[in-house]
Amino acid sequence: MTASVAVTGLGVASPNGLGTQDFWAATRIGKSGIGRVTRFDASSYPATLAGEVPGFDAAAHLPSRLIPQTDHMTRMALVAADWALADAGIVPGEQPAFDMGVITASSSGGFEFGQNELQKLWSQGSQYVSAYQSFAWFYAVNSGQISIRNGMKGPSGVLVSDQAGGLDALAQARRQIRKGTPLIVSGAVDASICPWGWAAQLTSGRLSTSDNPDRAYVPFDAAAGGHVPGEGGALLVMEDTEAARARGARIYGELVGYAATFDPKPGTGGEPGLRRAIELALNEADCAPQDVDVVFADAAGTVELDRAEADALRTVFGTRGVPVTAPKTMTGRLYSGAAPLDVAAALLAMDEGLIPPTVHTDPDPAYGLDLVVGQPRTAEVRTALVLARGHGGFNSAVVLRADG
Amino acid sequence: MSARRVAITGIGVLAPGGVGTKNFWSLLSEGRTATRAITFFDASSFRSRVAAEIDFDPELHGLSPQEIRRMDRAAQFAVVAAREALGDSGLEFADLDPYRTGVTVGSAVGATMGLDTEYRTVSDGGRLDLVDHTYAVPHLYDYLVPSSFAAEVAWATGAQGPATVVSTGCTSGIDSVGHAVELIREGSADVMIAGSSDAPISPITMACFDAIKATTPRQDSPETASRPFDNTRNGFVLGEGSAFFVLEELGAAQARGAHIYAEIAGYATRSNAYHMTGLRPDGAEMAEAIRVAMAEARLNAEDIDYINAHGSGTKQNDRHETAAFKKSLGDHAYATPVSSIKSMVGHSLGAIGSIEIAASALAMEHHVVPPTANLHTPDPECDLDYVPVTAREQRTDAVLTVGSGFGGFQSAMVLARPERSEA
Repeated sequence: MTASVAVTGLGVASPNGLGTQDFWAATRIGKSGIGRVTRFDASSYPATLAGEVPGFDAAAHLPSRLIPQTDHMTRMALVAADWALADAGIVPGEQPAFDMGVITASSSGGFEFGQNELQKLWSQGSQYVSAYQSFAWFYAVNSGQISIRNGMKGPSGVLVSDQAGGLDALAQARRQIRKGTPLIVSGAVDASICPWGWAAQLTSGRLSTSDNPDRAYVPFDAAAGGHVPGEGGALLVMEDTEAARARGARIYGELVGYAATFDPKPGTGGEPGLRRAIELALNEADCAPQDVDVVFADAAGTVELDRAEADALRTVFGTRGVPVTAPKTMTGRLYSGAAPLDVAAALLAMDEGLIPPTVHTDPDPAYGLDLVVGQPRTAEVRTALVLARGHGGFNSAVVLRADG
Repeated sequence: MSARRVAITGIGVLAPGGVGTKNFWSLLSEGRTATRAITFFDASSFRSRVAAEIDFDPELHGLSPQEIRRMDRAAQFAVVAAREALGDSGLEFADLDPYRTGVTVGSAVGATMGLDTEYRTVSDGGRLDLVDHTYAVPHLYDYLVPSSFAAEVAWATGAQGPATVVSTGCTSGIDSVGHAVELIREGSADVMIAGSSDAPISPITMACFDAIKATTPRQDSPETASRPFDNTRNGFVLGEGSAFFVLEELGAAQARGAHIYAEIAGYATRSNAYHMTGLRPDGAEMAEAIRVAMAEARLNAEDIDYINAHGSGTKQNDRHETAAFKKSLGDHAYATPVSSIKSMVGHSLGAIGSIEIAASALAMEHHVVPPTANLHTPDPECDLDYVPVTAREQRTDAVLTVGSGFGGFQSAMVLARPERSEA
């Protein structure tokens, strides 16, 4: 009933590295992928920086018929899923179809695809809208396309809880594995770096207006002034641990604790829900705070949200009680893609015994955090806590444990 | 420890022709239809020009001017339906432990209507590639990411437990409720405010369904345009709406003497892994979802008194689904009444699954099976008992409701009386 669930494959598309190898090579040494927006001319907007995935050539990886029917983010998701399955040593065609499912998170669907079709609708007329619009932009597209490409007929799903959704998807994958589906591809890849997506993101009031890539997104810094948005994320292969072990799979680590909470309505007072999410996840993992070796922070990059996260971490772990890092300072915030990418980074940190650094930030000591800055830190990482928060009040926490 | 079970103790519905649960049930039980020529915008250049629209006045339903400004229409629906469900459950705000109360909201297309309107403005009618964000509504981010719907419902109900949006296309309305059931069963919450909402009747949605000829081009008689299982069917009629439920752990609901509409006894979802919009005619994956949901409910085919079908009224769906019922229920499929309420309220994408769960629970409540309206000419390939035109009074203790959607999702849910004898 409560079978343990392992991650056995990673597929990564990150602004600081395409593919797990490039991603980790950059992340472990603090190499950032943040730069000026190149996907459109952003010079007339208040925000001009983004984390864009470098060197992604969809045509090199996908059949040509898939290109016109997919948004940029779906193409990256399909390729990341391929890589995760290959990494896990899984050939989908050799598995029973109902034994595999796909559960992803999304935040804005195929928004760039949607922009193009909206433009055709309003400038040319309804008859010019693509036949693919009905499914290329909606939130379920990545789960649908990945399941079709790989013949996966088991339970699938799609969760939207802004940036927290990436962890909610992994937890839902674990639920389905516990209910008896041996393998789920889970995680998220997101992107809305297009003028229409930019307009929408700007209204959140959380985008950094700095034009300095080395100072624009500096969570837990006294100068924090918003975040840089990015694109990409990670897809993971998750399996019943015993089944994975039986087939001799490489086990990156296990998902041993999870919880999700929601904040009180703004203006009503009361403590934000993040601390509760952390404590519930640790409790489920049967894990004391002192057993946690590293926290991958949500690191929102606004003073109010950084303070709320630091307060929660100090309450649970004490002042400077646990190493905290935010490799997303190298990628920008990837919406639902961010947390699965953090989970991948945490598992790779376990593997190497090295905590990747937070870059660009000069930590404000008032937060009382042991933030790993500048240089990576050598450490035995057996247990990692990954946090993610979504706009509106969503809090999710995942506890990962090294195998063996 | 015995397994935790989940009961529906409150229902709230906003459907075309039936705002509020009572009006909704009147519409269904009388077999009236709410499809009409589109009034929301000038649809004269579109292939399909009918829809099932709601005459909805948010102020009349207690939303404040700022709430109305902040929320897309679908979010407004969700909040109104969730409040009705909470009121119906008899649970007071103060009775709820906020930490043990969660929210799930299904939606296929989120704030499509708001996005369509806002895009037109910021792009100045599609002329600007580099759209002018200064013309956007201040809450455009909440349209971009529809988890804002779950936030609104959580704020409206005080929930501070797990909250999320479930967005699996046209099965979202079943999957959202199914997800909530799982959260109560596993102990992550004791009460869930669960449902779904969509308000897609907007030029961009009509245009994309026009492009694949999924919606009906019939224009002569809008009120009979949605014709599931009828041989003259030629596409679905787009609708809008919302339904929400208060779900409680069964023991707690019984202990407080709550009115229990039904237990959600089984749920499963599977994928066809075939095509984003196409269906294999054999219905194998929907049949598998039905089989798993019935096994979870520990019910046999002969225990199912009524099947609330997806019945969208496209050629391929209605045959696919008929095949799935035969495959999963065997010969008993022929003896089980099947109906599609989409004949009356249209297809509201991610919302309809929850609206159909509401119809299923109300069928059990009243022992009345709602009809399939507009079914006059049988399709030889759809040869089950589809309860044509007129509602049927009959003992109804267990209902199967199903959904099928773009992306290949196939979902099934079984509602039953908690005191039933199990197979």
